[in-house]
Amino acid sequence: MAGHVSPKSTYYAIFGALMVLTIVTIAVAYQPLGSWNFPVAISIAVTKATLVILFFMHAKYSSKLTKLFVATAFFFLAVLLGLTMTDVLSRGLKTYPGGAGGSGYGVREPRPASAAPDAAGAH
Amino acid sequence: MGMWLFLITEVMFFGGLFLAYMLYRIWYPRAWSEASLELNVLLGGTNTIVLIGSSLTMALAVRAAQTGLRKQTVVWLLLTMALGLTFLVIKYFEYAEKFEHHHVPGFDFHFPGPDAGPAEIYFSLYFLMTGLHATHMVIGFGLLSVITWMAARGRFSPDWYTPVEMSGLYWHFVDIVWIFLFPLLYLVDRAHHFA
Repeated sequence: MAGHVSPKSTYYAIFGALMVLTIVTIAVAYQPLGSWNFPVAISIAVTKATLVILFFMHAKYSSKLTKLFVATAFFFLAVLLGLTMTDVLSRGLKTYPGGAGGSGYGVREPRPASAAPDAAGAH
Repeated sequence: MGMWLFLITEVMFFGGLFLAYMLYRIWYPRAWSEASLELNVLLGGTNTIVLIGSSLTMALAVRAAQTGLRKQTVVWLLLTMALGLTFLVIKYFEYAEKFEHHHVPGFDFHFPGPDAGPAEIYFSLYFLMTGLHATHMVIGFGLLSVITWMAARGRFSPDWYTPVEMSGLYWHFVDIVWIFLFPLLYLVDRAHHFA
């Protein structure tokens, strides 16, 4: 069960790529990209994680069953995050100008306790 | 294979915390931005490099075990442990800084401006997520101590190095968690200035 032995150069190359991506993600964080800062940061993190999983964790050379396991983990993580976000971000879309769940909601003054609990969909 | 299964449960474990982070970030964007500016990017960035470096040495340790190089296995494992310890020491200084600045929820927490409440939530999540991550590092350190001892005693061979491989998977997983924690907690809201 010796498994796949990667050449050392692969590991050094992946490490180099991870370092470059780390520097890029720090540099980009100081650029005011508005709503793009978040997707850019997440994309870089996902790329880094993918490199680690494929090469450091040998998922690239593993059995189909192992690959299925990895995919399952991220599938259910996507369900957890995705479906919750679908709910939260769409709250009040039809009843509150601009929607109640999206960015800016927390900046507004809290609603008075006497206000009707319908429109803003407060949590 | 069992290790991968365990890691799936770990993904959901941390996943719940990431979900909490996402929700509060949507609800309190200004507090998130203000509070994240208080984190130390230099220390966090250094720790990112240290931890990814430890993943490299861990991968090389597994490779040495695969090819039956006993001495190299031990050396790479020791290096991995040293880098892991470096991470924890830096984390200790970061936490100490938070205590100094009164940014520890429950311990005389102070945050200027109108966002003290949500900022306290931010720091609660910061400590919960990085604390849980650091706990995993400590556990990983313990695992590696045993593995290194076993490797030094010549317990592994190219035919059987499973424990080295398993602890490697665990170590890389902990690295991946940090790969997400670092940009989300330290970086992502840095450029958002709410006047």
